[in-house]
Amino acid sequence: MKTTVSAEAVILLAGLLFALGIVGVIIRKNIIFMLLSVEIMLNASGLAFIAAGSRWGQPDGQVMFVFILAMAAAEVSIGLALILQIYHQHKSLNIDNLKEMNG
Amino acid sequence: MEIAFYIAGTVAVVATLMVITRHNPVHALLYLNVSLMAHAMLFYLLGASFAALLEIIIYAGAIMVLFIFVVMLLNLGKETAEQERKWLKAKVWIGPSALSAILFAEFLALVLSSGQAAYSPAVVSPREVAISLFREYLIGVELAAMLLMAAVVGAAHIGRHKRLVLHRFLKEEVEKEEEKHEEMVL
Repeated sequence: MKTTVSAEAVILLAGLLFALGIVGVIIRKNIIFMLLSVEIMLNASGLAFIAAGSRWGQPDGQVMFVFILAMAAAEVSIGLALILQIYHQHKSLNIDNLKEMNG
Repeated sequence: MEIAFYIAGTVAVVATLMVITRHNPVHALLYLNVSLMAHAMLFYLLGASFAALLEIIIYAGAIMVLFIFVVMLLNLGKETAEQERKWLKAKVWIGPSALSAILFAEFLALVLSSGQAAYSPAVVSPREVAISLFREYLIGVELAAMLLMAAVVGAAHIGRHKRLVLHRFLKEEVEKEEEKHEEMVL
């Protein structure tokens, strides 16, 4: 397996995916889709880390990816528990219904 | 092999685009799964086979299953898709998308202005990753373990379903009902 790619191409791909994640967080009103978009952004940053790690031939990129993975797993479990609770209390996933939190 | 990289990248971008525009949550989840597989392919092509493995097993296998379980528990189906269709109008998404596109264009200009030659990604074996993980980053591994522990306890606590009691007189009735329900379950 011998691939030659330019470093910019990988970083640009990661940036594009991250931008798509940002757009997803901003334009959706359903909280499940917002959580999905956060996952997209985490993946994009992982891609950037791995690209940098492979550029310099160091394992640190993959180590950071493992940490991102652990963080994503923790975040998803808490986030989904919160979503279930919100649905039970408000019967809706619309974030506009959470205005009463006054946050 | 560059062609494989560009194909996987295109698939990842298109699948992600589909995720943020779908109305039905299950369709979005399936597209996200495709996007994660494309990511795994990219990781493999960049010489990070261990990361590709983790991406498939943990992300596509475990985290997405959690999402699908929640979507099934909440019974999000046709009505949700209908509601999403109402929410996702052009005037809602055009502003944020344009601003994000401007930011991305800036990023594009910055990256392209610093010219770098093509390189062949170095293959980093799982062995090197493990040595680095359990030597220099040992404290990080332990902190990640504590984070996961806290997440499990927190999720178990938050996910517990409590009845909303509006008045203290109603509290006793609710408790009686719950006892009856528990007896029935037993």
